[in-house]
Parts: sequence; structure tokens; C-alpha cells
Amino acid sequence: MNAAEFIEPFARLMDEVMTPAAVRAAERGGDISSLWQMVQESGYLDALVSEEAGGAGLDLGVVHGLWQILGRRAVPLPIGETMLARALLSMAGQDAPDGPIVLAVMTGNAPVIVPLGQIAQHVLVENAAGLTLYSAASGAPQGTGIYGDLSARFQWDAVSGNSFAKPEAGLRAYAALLRAAMIAGAADELVQRTADYAAQRVQFGKPIGRQQALQQNLAVMAEHAVAARLASQLGCAGGLPISPAAAATAKSVASHAAALVANTAHAVHGAIGISEEYDLQLLTRRLHEWRLADGSENYWNRILGAQRLASAAASVDFVRSALPCAAR
Amino acid sequence: MQSDGHKQPRMNAAIVGVGTLFDTLTLAALPPEDEAIRPAIRQLIADAIADLPSDRRARSWAGFDAAFSRKLGEAGFLGLTLPKAYGGQERGPFARFVVVEELLSAGAPVAAHWIADRQSAPLILNFGTEEQRQFYIPRICRGEFFFCIGMSEPNSGSDLASVRTRAERTDAGWRVNGQKIWTTNAMYSDYMIALLRTSGSADDRHSGLSQLIIDLKAPGVTVRPIMDLAGDSHFAEVFFDNVDLPADALIGAEGDGWRQVTAELAFERSGPERIYSSIILLDAWIAHLRHVGRKDSATLDLVGNFTARLATLRAMSIACTARLAAGDSPVVEASLVKDLGTSFEQELPIAIGADLAAWPDEVVSDDLHRTLAYITHLAPSFSLRGGTREILRGILARGMGLR
Repeated sequence: MNAAEFIEPFARLMDEVMTPAAVRAAERGGDISSLWQMVQESGYLDALVSEEAGGAGLDLGVVHGLWQILGRRAVPLPIGETMLARALLSMAGQDAPDGPIVLAVMTGNAPVIVPLGQIAQHVLVENAAGLTLYSAASGAPQGTGIYGDLSARFQWDAVSGNSFAKPEAGLRAYAALLRAAMIAGAADELVQRTADYAAQRVQFGKPIGRQQALQQNLAVMAEHAVAARLASQLGCAGGLPISPAAAATAKSVASHAAALVANTAHAVHGAIGISEEYDLQLLTRRLHEWRLADGSENYWNRILGAQRLASAAASVDFVRSALPCAAR
Repeated sequence: MQSDGHKQPRMNAAIVGVGTLFDTLTLAALPPEDEAIRPAIRQLIADAIADLPSDRRARSWAGFDAAFSRKLGEAGFLGLTLPKAYGGQERGPFARFVVVEELLSAGAPVAAHWIADRQSAPLILNFGTEEQRQFYIPRICRGEFFFCIGMSEPNSGSDLASVRTRAERTDAGWRVNGQKIWTTNAMYSDYMIALLRTSGSADDRHSGLSQLIIDLKAPGVTVRPIMDLAGDSHFAEVFFDNVDLPADALIGAEGDGWRQVTAELAFERSGPERIYSSIILLDAWIAHLRHVGRKDSATLDLVGNFTARLATLRAMSIACTARLAAGDSPVVEASLVKDLGTSFEQELPIAIGADLAAWPDEVVSDDLHRTLAYITHLAPSFSLRGGTREILRGILARGMGLR
């Protein structure tokens, strides 16, 4: 399979429709239905659905490339979440409804905050019964009150529906791996924008990128962006089902990178980066959201740490077997 | 993304390439035929180091054992990337990655053959004459010839182009005068590949430098070991007092030394040795945690953090190896992995020390205690050898179009 033949058309589509103006309009509560229609018609929502079930049957490694583009363009639509939900529903033999689907893990009936929940039509919920697809309205979505934030707080009291078995690693692992890939895409975009800005912005009579202090910081920023990319690629390499170690490695490294990359991007851009008008904030706000969503680096470190301590293997052997660079 | 009506910078084409920064560094897998080497090398290592305590194994590439290196040569584990015509295995960088990963993760004493196998033999293959290849490479592959690299001088560290040690043409060949310092394993080595000034002065910078192979047994060579802060002598100063060398001591073209050294450093910087320097300590610490049964959330957090980073760095190192296998000289990519890798290697002893001393009532074995101290004390060298952290970040900044 040639990954580029799937990734490049998707990149072109996102470049075309996900302009900063479109992203801002969606963030301000604008109607996203025509955007969603376009995405739906592109067929990419069934990227992970098997060919027998009418999908594209792409490898997770290829889908990683699509997810990175969602991050790079700060796409305010739950396209990656819907890809995962439709694949899980299809594997369970359930029909997927049209419209955006987001992913949530519920403990008891405690409320849960879900990114892009305000524009979702359905929520694939993991709870004690397994996975169940609910209408978003049934969870009484409430906005968070955070500027430009489309996430919503959901709560379901009595849960019932057509439940099916959750994947062994849990839905959170699936969502976390998606977040990691989106962080990698956004981080890469920020490194390039920041390096470009540093090469153009003149202070003290020369581009600030000529200052060694900035060069060193930008180099570290780039290192962490590349680490996030490789960690999320590594997480996707094993394919479906996603293992806890794969999700943990990807999300731990990517979440750590997210804060560092956002900080350096702002430090180099100065005051203009804090302004709403400038596009930097579209990416940095999301990096912070995705860093915390579906488990921060600390959450996933604990999961991976427990698995590591349960093994008597040497560290390199553990890593080779739990996190292979190729499909198992 | 372009904001409406507000001028925002576009990507610099030199930075962006085809859209992703340093996109040549992408996930790659070790080919199964190279993975298949693992059991044999593992057995050979297990036999050799069964009795070595952790603090000796932690010395790994400062551990000199000529007999072990010869055993590796006999078994075909040296010269894995080199042509069969010169006694190599013609297996390529992935096979070398597997063998090196096994050697380092076990803490095998690899110092004797390390530099010759990693960079001297590829350098001679790339730039040497046919006679030089025939003479040196088969003996390196058998673990018989050991090499060191003469780069640093008393007044030339990171500023390598300022070297002053000279090689002057004579009727018979070359005459060398000057001094090298901080030369790893010089006292055990048969030969040094030295970066020397063959014309002009230090002001001429990158031009006028050449690489010469110096027989360290030649008259006029004095090697004086330097004791390090751990009580070992792993490096030395080397003096050259009218050392006469034959004409064929020159490797590559006269005046091409800088270009050759740059290619050589890509080999030096791109291997898995840049992520595994503290691995023996990590394993000893994890064994301790399992032994005492500590599983609180702070401990799990730290263990998971190290494990995730190790897995990622390993993937990055294999990605870098894939560039070597594709015939590239991944100078920027290798610098990126090395800087991130040495930061990890240096953080381990600091964090593990803080962790162990946060539980003063836990019994820490003498072996772990010594291993922790050794790695803590030597760790600063991890981001000095093979190019300092600041130099590597400068290379990255250049790769990003900033200089």
C-alpha cells in the first residue's frame, strides 16, 4: 500500500477547507454541517473500517499520517474519533450513524469532559457495560465556558443501549493514540512556523534566529516534536487492536512534548503569539487540550510503569517485545 | 494556515522539504534476517560476562578486553557493514544495530574494537586506497587491529578546525609534530587516525586539514594515560616528536580532512550507543524496585516515563540506522537523536539517585550503589564525546535554516 496516495488527497482537502477562518468560525459555534458533509463524502471516515465491511481498510500506520494532518490544521471536527468509533462499531457488527462521533470513558455516572463534544451527534461511551453508542443529546452536553473551546461535559444517569465488548486496552488507549498523533502534527507545524518566524523577525539588527540562545531552544523544540512523531508512529506500528503499551508510549512522549513545544513557540513569537488574531494560538491551545485529554503523560507513565515492573525482562528486551517497530 | 488580512510568515522551503521537519527520520523496522543474529550474539556475550558485576558492566565501552573483541571477530560479529572482499560480513547497518544493541544492553566490554569497527574501517573503506583497505580492514574485522581517533588537542575541542598538530611532507612521507589529548583508548590502540594540519595555519580553518593513520608504536610517539574522575584511565594524551610516517599514511585526499571527519562523525553519532550509556543502571534500579516490591504512583510514573522514552529513542535510533542503510550520511538526524539520547542517559542517574535516596530505609545493594555513582560521575561526558550538546544543537539549527 502506498501511504502517500491516501494521505496527500486528505492533506489537500484539509488545506482547502480548514482555513484559519473556518477553524475560528467553528470555534465560535458556527454551523459545521457542510464541512462535515464534505468529510463524510470523502470516504475517509471509514479509513479504519475493513474493506469487507465497505471501508478503506487502511493500516493504523497510514492512518497516523491522516491524524497528523488533523493536528497540523487544528481541525475542529472529531474526524479521528469518528474513524475509531466507526471501526469499533463495524467490528462489533453495528451500523454507524452519519454525523460526528466522539469518545468518552465513564466511571459510574460521573460527568466527563470530552473534546469537541459540543458538535458531536453521538458519543461512543465506555462504561461497566462495555461500549455503547449514545446520542450526544442524551448526555445533556454543557459547554465548559473556556474561550474557543468546543469540548462538552456529558453525564448519563441511567445507561442502557446496545452495548458491545470494549477493546482489551480500553477506549482511552484508542483516544490517547489519536491525540498523540495529532500532537505530533501540530508540534511539527509549530516548529516550522516558529523557525520561519525566527528567521524573519529582526531585533538588535539581525534576525532573532541568529541568536545562539534561540537556536538552542529551537533545536530542543524540534527534537521533542520529532520524538512525538516517532513515539506516535511507534504506537500505531502494532496496528489494531491497540495495546496499552503502544498508547502509553505515544501519549507519554507526545504529551510531554506538547507543553514544551507550545512554550517555546510562544517564547520565540513574543506578544503577537498571545493575540487572538494571530494563528499561533489555534495550535498551542489545542496542544494543551490534547496533552491533558485521555490521560496526561503522568497517567500513561503509571500504566506503562506498572506493566514494566511486572516483567523480569531487561529494559531493552521489554521494549523490543512490548513496543515493536513493526506489525506484530 | 493563513489568517485573513494579517501577514503571517510562510514556511521556508529549505526547512519544510516535503512538508514535515526532518521527515527522513521515520519509523523503520529491523529486517527479520538481521533480528535473526540476536540469539547467537547474545549467547556469546552471556558466556563472556557472566561473572561481571553491574558496575563493571556499566563501563561497557570503556571496558577493554582484547580477547573478547577477537572472539567477536572470529564469530563474524565485527565488520558487519563491510564488504566480504575485506573480511567483512556485508550485512549492513541493521545487522550492526542488532549486535551493538546486544553488546551495550548487556554491558559487554567493547572498548578494544569499538572505534575501529564503528568508524575507522568505514572511513578507510570510503576514502582509503586499495592497499590501505587490504591491509587494515581484514585485521579490524578479525579483532586484531585496534584504533583510536586523534581529534581534540589542548587548544582544540569543539573548535576542531583550529587543530595545530602538523604533518609536513618529507622525501619518504610525512613528519608529525604536536599533541593530541582526551584520546579514548590511545594506550591500548595500534593506530590513531588523526586530523592534522598539512598546510596553512590554524587561521585557514577547514582547509589544509588531512587525516593520517599513525602507527602508535612508531619512534617519537608517547602515550600518557589520563586518570578520570572514577579512577579509571580510559583516555590519554599523545605526543608526537618528529614522528616519521610513510607516504601511504595519508588517508583520502590531502586537504580533505574536514569533509572526511564530518562523514566519520555521522557514523560516530548515529549508533545506539547514544541511548544506552545508562542502561545497566536502569536495569539494576528496576531489579531493585522489583526486589523491594515498591509500586507507589510516583515510582510507576518514573518507571513508565523512562520506558516510554527508551522505546521512542530506540525507534529513533533505528530510524537513523535506516538512513545509513539507505546510503545517506544522516548528519542532522544523528545529531538530533544523540542530543535527545544523551539527555535521557544523563537524566537517569540523577532521577534514580533522587528516587533511591527518597527511600532511605530501603537496602540498596553495594553493586547498585557503585553503579549509580559511576554513571552519575561519568554522565557529563555523554554529551561531550562525539560532539558537545551545544555543537549538536547548532547543527540542528543549521538544518532548520537558522544559520
